Amino acid sequence: MNIDNFQTVVVETDLLILGGGMAACGAAFEASHWARKNNLKVTLVDKAAMERSGAVAMGLSAINLYLGLKNGKNTVEDYVEYVKNDLMGIARDDLVANIARHVDSTVHLFEKWGLPIWKDEEGNYVNEGRWQIMIHGESYKSIVSEAAKSSLRELGENGQYFERIFIAEPVLLGDRCVGAAGFSVRENKFYLFKAKAVLDVMGGAVHIFRPRSVGEGLGRSWYPPFNSGAGAYFTLKSGAEMTCQEVRFVPVRFKDSYGPVGAWFLLFKSKATNAKGEDYMETRASELEKWAPYGTSKPTPANLRNYLMLLELEEGNGPIYMRTDDAIRKLVAEIPDEKEAKRKLKELESEAWEDFLDMTISQALNWAAHNIAPEETPSEIAACEPYFISSHSGASGAWVSGPEDLAPPQHFWGYCNMTTVKGLFAAGDASGASSHKFSSGSFTEGRIAAKSALAFCVDHPEPFEVDPSIIEEIKQRILKPLAVFETHHSYTNDEDVNPNFIKPRMFMFRLQKIMDEYAGGASVGFRTSRMLMEKGLEYLQFMKEDADKLAASDLHELMRCWENIHRLWQAESHIRTMMFREETRWPGYYFRTDFPGMKDDWKAFANCRWNPETGEWEMVKREVIE
Amino acid sequence: MPSFVITEKCDGCKAQDRTACQYVCPNDLMVLDLVTNKAYNRAVDMCWECYSCVKICPTQAIEIRGYADFMPLGAVVQPLRSSDSIMWSVRFRNRTLKRFKFPTRTIPEGTIQPDAGYVSGSEDLKSPLLRTEPMSLGTGLYTG
Repeated sequence: MNIDNFQTVVVETDLLILGGGMAACGAAFEASHWARKNNLKVTLVDKAAMERSGAVAMGLSAINLYLGLKNGKNTVEDYVEYVKNDLMGIARDDLVANIARHVDSTVHLFEKWGLPIWKDEEGNYVNEGRWQIMIHGESYKSIVSEAAKSSLRELGENGQYFERIFIAEPVLLGDRCVGAAGFSVRENKFYLFKAKAVLDVMGGAVHIFRPRSVGEGLGRSWYPPFNSGAGAYFTLKSGAEMTCQEVRFVPVRFKDSYGPVGAWFLLFKSKATNAKGEDYMETRASELEKWAPYGTSKPTPANLRNYLMLLELEEGNGPIYMRTDDAIRKLVAEIPDEKEAKRKLKELESEAWEDFLDMTISQALNWAAHNIAPEETPSEIAACEPYFISSHSGASGAWVSGPEDLAPPQHFWGYCNMTTVKGLFAAGDASGASSHKFSSGSFTEGRIAAKSALAFCVDHPEPFEVDPSIIEEIKQRILKPLAVFETHHSYTNDEDVNPNFIKPRMFMFRLQKIMDEYAGGASVGFRTSRMLMEKGLEYLQFMKEDADKLAASDLHELMRCWENIHRLWQAESHIRTMMFREETRWPGYYFRTDFPGMKDDWKAFANCRWNPETGEWEMVKREVIE
Repeated sequence: MPSFVITEKCDGCKAQDRTACQYVCPNDLMVLDLVTNKAYNRAVDMCWECYSCVKICPTQAIEIRGYADFMPLGAVVQPLRSSDSIMWSVRFRNRTLKRFKFPTRTIPEGTIQPDAGYVSGSEDLKSPLLRTEPMSLGTGLYTG
């Protein structure tokens, strides 16, 4: 493809929302209201179609964050304590509390928008666990995106959204982020969005580590394969300070298809055991004392539950099973009436299948393919490959300002959820140290950040120009993989094998191999050390050089090139931050064999920043403020 | 494979204003072949098996064959989505058949009112109160 044929489209707006997932929809809903009152423009850009984009594309079977504040069920402080313990003491109280105090409002709106939430006989939400409520969530994303689009429509011509535009790079002017640049994956158009404030609500990252399935099952990641590190790349490349880039998430899920385990553990009270039928949470309870006070608090942090399971496997006690049969049997046995018990069994069976069909259909297919009826046969569970997802039990993302009324002075710099770069805001999977926001909390944080970003727009009304030569330079850089292909492809007989370039697919596989073997992937039991990581960084340096020779034969492949550049940056920041933190704090996520225990002086945030002026990485330790 | 297209059933959405599967795929995988006028999945090992294309296809031309690197052949999981519910047929490898029906939405598509009857309690852009709050919270806002 000849890049000279690409049209340049410049779009001017006040607030630019990058992303189309839950946090982006929350941002669009909130921003529309305040923008109308202040006569401001709002523009949203999604790489896919909002109706089914982001991590909730397939649906969900539960909303994992609802406090029930109006009924006095929990307090905001309870939730902060829970999150912090799960993350082994490393979380921002102000950010977690801010999401928690607003999230019920979001869930109440979802219900009014038509999301079916399970109710008990008294009309109360049915809890799965303390913070989780059950939903019929097949259309969760369709409903929420409809509300977001309707909200933008309220703004008339001041509200618009673009679909199928891939955002590749930030646009910077001095110390400020003033927009974003990318391209359409459908037509030959380069886009440059100019904005007074930019809200990064793009996704976390998958396919940085080599997945356990490398054939067709490559695509069956637990978190979606289309979340490729865009959120972190955008803030990193803008020069924003990042936090918790070492805190990856390794979920334990039903083996291979990665179906959810929450309903089994919490709603059906199921146990996981080793192959001998031993409950390792009981037999290995003493191990948890080594990780006190977090290990000895309830509930046991997710990473420590993983760790105990990994110890079982190491000792040859696999496979590990979710005892679905025992759980169902117990629940049915509680009902003395035979007819009533039969009805209950039918109901439980339906609930068990819905759990998968609402959010991980592949797991239902997997059960059917293996002739598994959960009430009769237990199923294997296993640790997935590592992911970057700060909305769940990971924590990586931008270091953002807290809310003025809750944040300590060190955590407040003018606008809630603004990164350390002026005009650049982050939420959802793009902001760090505020784990366990999940779908409802991500939507909520998007709302908070959008309102705050509009306040920034009002306070900074002065117009600015982006020089046409800068626009042209960004355009050439973003479209370069097409030019590389165009120049060299006719040299060889195979468009994928050419000494002058690398295609994004092999580039991704090289990254996954390095990360798996040197940075503690699944195949090495999530273990790494300084020596391994130094070697890994050496190999990443070759990748950074080769990134310049990425080649794309069409727009789809151009997107793949940029996704993998984004992944590479997430990967490098991850290794550097794991190296910086000389201890092991989340042994079930990664284990440093050279520093095998937790250290008191590392009860701190490990932050990093890539300096755009010098191209150097800066590492800084920041205090955890109680 | 993930998603595959039954050639006979796919009409390329010729009567529609867009190719439905191509419009919806979150990973930009479904493409319309302009020569045959049939859709196809261009990178099956990047498919999440999210069923978005299966659910939206107006001619039920798309199905999923489970990832062959870990699933035995013979199972079929197929949805039929209506305006307010979804019906699933699950066929096991051993031919056991199960059917499930679940609600998907409680109000018709296209009728969402963003404020949903809640009134916003503050006009102040600098206040921590969000749109529709505190009414949508059902209680006062926590302030520390």
